[in-house]
Amino acid sequence: MANIPQKIVHQYLRHDKKFPHVWCAGCSNGIILGAVIRAIASMNLNRDDIVMVSGIGCSSRMPVYIDVDTLHTLHGRAIAFATGIKLHKPHMKVIVVTGDGDCTAIGGNHLIHAARRNIDLSVILVNNNIYGMTGGQCSPTTPHAAISTTSPYGNIEPDFNICNLALGAGASFVARTTAFHVTEMQNYIQASLEHPGFSLIEVISACPVIYGRLNKKGGAPQMMTEFRDNSVPLTAVEKLPKEQVEGKIVRGILRKDIRPEYTAEYAALQAYAQKLGGESDGKEL
Amino acid sequence: MQNKKTSKSVKTPQASKAAGTQKKKVKAESKLNELQSSLERKTVVMQGNEAVAYGALDAGVNFFAGYPITPSTEVAEILSAELPKRGGTFIQMEDEIASICAITGASLAGAKALTATSGPGFSLMQEGMGFAKITETPCVVVNVMRNGPSTGMPTSPGQGEIQQSRWGSHGDAPAIVLYPDSVKESYELTIRAVNLSEKYRTCVVLLLDEVIGHMRESVTLPDMEKVRVISRIKPTVPPNWYKHYDENQKYLSPLASFGDGYRFHVTGLTHDSHGFPTGKPTESAEMNDRLRRKITHNIRDLVQIESHQMEDAEIAIFAAGITARSAKAAIAMARYRGIKVGLLRPLTIWPFPDDAVRKMLRNVETVIVPELNQGQFSREIIRLTKDKSEGDVVLIKKVNGQLITPNDILRRIKEVI
Repeated sequence: MANIPQKIVHQYLRHDKKFPHVWCAGCSNGIILGAVIRAIASMNLNRDDIVMVSGIGCSSRMPVYIDVDTLHTLHGRAIAFATGIKLHKPHMKVIVVTGDGDCTAIGGNHLIHAARRNIDLSVILVNNNIYGMTGGQCSPTTPHAAISTTSPYGNIEPDFNICNLALGAGASFVARTTAFHVTEMQNYIQASLEHPGFSLIEVISACPVIYGRLNKKGGAPQMMTEFRDNSVPLTAVEKLPKEQVEGKIVRGILRKDIRPEYTAEYAALQAYAQKLGGESDGKEL
Repeated sequence: MQNKKTSKSVKTPQASKAAGTQKKKVKAESKLNELQSSLERKTVVMQGNEAVAYGALDAGVNFFAGYPITPSTEVAEILSAELPKRGGTFIQMEDEIASICAITGASLAGAKALTATSGPGFSLMQEGMGFAKITETPCVVVNVMRNGPSTGMPTSPGQGEIQQSRWGSHGDAPAIVLYPDSVKESYELTIRAVNLSEKYRTCVVLLLDEVIGHMRESVTLPDMEKVRVISRIKPTVPPNWYKHYDENQKYLSPLASFGDGYRFHVTGLTHDSHGFPTGKPTESAEMNDRLRRKITHNIRDLVQIESHQMEDAEIAIFAAGITARSAKAAIAMARYRGIKVGLLRPLTIWPFPDDAVRKMLRNVETVIVPELNQGQFSREIIRLTKDKSEGDVVLIKKVNGQLITPNDILRRIKEVI
């Protein structure tokens, strides 16, 4: 234990249990884990009040490394479990880490309904465009014509725009960034933790070992370079000519609205029911 | 010396709170409240589904997540009105998968959590129930059974989930499943289901027949002080010493909640005693064995069985739920004709009451198994029939949405003598 480096990140990791981690060389998940920890640390949150929930997939293995309360759930169901936790302990900060397949394929129903309810969860959706854990199958965000192990002739399906999906479902905080833009990612995570309502951050991430290899994207450095060169900040989108924006990843906070948050609404409902309680008690009998 | 007001305030805090704040109204209202509370605690006419809802509240359930489905919906409706009044939480989720997940999450955060559903929803919940079992998270699933596979006959009775409630979730984990035969027992077994889930840290299933869920009977509820409520044991050790699955605690280990400062990990992966994923054969075997042991080593605590007129019986009927009530009527009719028939009725159907059934098989010539399915209880009886020919187990099967009547059973009794 004597040799643990004392950077902020190291203070939040479970050293004695969970290393080495499960991720491939070049995977973005470690970068995202670091950004989550730095966001938590910079806010000075009491770590006993944080719970991190995930589903199934590469990115969903993230919570086990962090020394907070952590819950690694079923495929697609992280948001449903998180809803139960948040409702019973509304003071807790509930962070959900999920992937593109986990959250928008098998778990799509929970995503849209949590967004609609505007329950205060911070969903970090790691989008690597593929099912990595199972070896590279097509996901809802695998781009059209891209190669995966279940689309060997090229994907004929159009891909999901996750942020538009969340916006359409009523999420009150929606942002997009990439694994290359680490500081931006940390700031967005912090903003989502401060935001009272449902927030979703889509982090475009690199899976060089499977997605990158199948689609000849080069190694991790090449994919990160692509994230840098092939993305534009939202603030620049209006200023740039259309052809320079088309096909690029638009980064930025796409929505930040304040509207009634579910657990606060529920607390008000409880107070109202309790006010009526004495009179209506027993009526149902 | 306790005056009426204080003794009542124990039972219905809302009523006394309202009485305290509005002094002028006290006289008129306290009379009304007294009547209502005496109604509540003495004899009332209620449905099985209502009995489940009030049993859940009396057991301390403070979290319900569910999805509407016939014939269980009344449970959700009542709890949507009652839970917020008592500071509890009700949420209608987007589907049954989300419902089981939400109650499991809430339970990990410290809630006593329950959901209610019927066949199609019960099928959807199976994966989540397996998660609650492997992570040893207390929760209760009430399944008000309807007839048939798939959508079937939503308002007709069936007993099709006897085996599913045991084996429905993938992998191999034991189950605790309770099965009442009346409205009153629905109330009692709901409390027991919650208690057992907290004590054994697992997902407990309560099966209810559609006709019991919707049948109105008069019920005498016990005084709240007499209701035995069990809550999970909280850890007393400092966080560094805490093991989420403590193998040294005689299979019933303390359970911390999220937010308590224990900062533990919960996963559906096979895990070690701290809750971290493991691939080691020894730890994997230990985890699975632990899930089995906590049931098999506590059979006496878990199994409840009613033995009705079995002392001199030559023919036994094995039935549960509503079918057992037809059996009791058939027994009265048969005994009037001088035929010695008795009934063995399990209140706990899983773990299966093997010992009681073996004893029954030793003492009678024939066992009649009436059930509203294609033969699910009878599989277990036949499993335990080693030294007898198969002819000794007689089935009465009915899957047309109708009940097995006392006459159906009596006719079969006459055939076998």
